[in-house]
Amino acid sequence: MTEMSYLDGNMLDGPMRELLTVDLSSAVGRCENCGMTGSMASLHVYSHAPGLVGRCPSCEEVMVRLVRGPDRAWLDMRGTTFLQVPMPMEQPFPGPL
Amino acid sequence: MGIVSPGFQGRPRTQEPALPPGQYLTEDFPVLSAGPTPRVSLDTWEFVISAENGSEHRWSWQELMALPQETPMVDIHCVTRWSKLGTNWQGVSVDTLLDGVDTGAHFALAHSYGGYTTNLPLDDLRGGQAWVVHTFDGAPLPAEHGGPARLLVPHLYFWKSAKWVRGLRLKTMDEPGFWETAGYHDYGDPWREQRYQGD
Ligand SMILES: [Zn+2]
Repeated sequence: MTEMSYLDGNMLDGPMRELLTVDLSSAVGRCENCGMTGSMASLHVYSHAPGLVGRCPSCEEVMVRLVRGPDRAWLDMRGTTFLQVPMPMEQPFPGPL
Repeated sequence: MGIVSPGFQGRPRTQEPALPPGQYLTEDFPVLSAGPTPRVSLDTWEFVISAENGSEHRWSWQELMALPQETPMVDIHCVTRWSKLGTNWQGVSVDTLLDGVDTGAHFALAHSYGGYTTNLPLDDLRGGQAWVVHTFDGAPLPAEHGGPARLLVPHLYFWKSAKWVRGLRLKTMDEPGFWETAGYHDYGDPWREQRYQGD
């Protein structure tokens, strides 16, 4: 048996860049706490705070935290199980992988 | 009367009070909140210190009010850059609450109604440096400022002074809290401008 080899994190750069530049308001997220799935645009965002806190409109648990420092930023999405973003295929008829 | 030069009449101009670096003086009391304001009934309110060995010490509202009360007047410094000087509080020293607690822990995680948490070294909650306060400027602490009771640890940035505080978990290891897991400093000394991780 042979071990599956892995690639280093650099290979995520392109796919992540493609994903993270989407308009978040068009994305759908699943709340890790209650399981509700809905538009990220429907989150309740608290901004009079040291960072931005996005909460599930159903259970009020934290789904997103975004902190902006002068030269760094932090994103914590552990309260979001997944983010589903619209991403049409660039080629209408992709070849087999 | 003619022209009055400053200092000639009335109170002499006081020196601009020293503020920690990067802070601005405010006269009002901004409300910061990372979530909906919990409404906690005094009938069910409790404060719990859980030691690292699992033992728990609980106080009801009546029991808290029956403890010796202190009236700290302190300066507070918010990491969002406002500072407010000479604020007046009433509450119970954390020393008093820790009095009967047998612990060898070096850290505490303060936790609140509504789910907020923040971590502090236990030594910073001792020695007359920290209180559980329920009164501000002679009136019951409003819910938007953390009432019925909040932690007050004025020598650290104000996010360490957990609103709606419900208890302290004493820990042998430092466990970062709500803002500390999202980039903010684990200690948060305003005089050393420890705003973010690594500062
Ligand atoms: Zn939820």
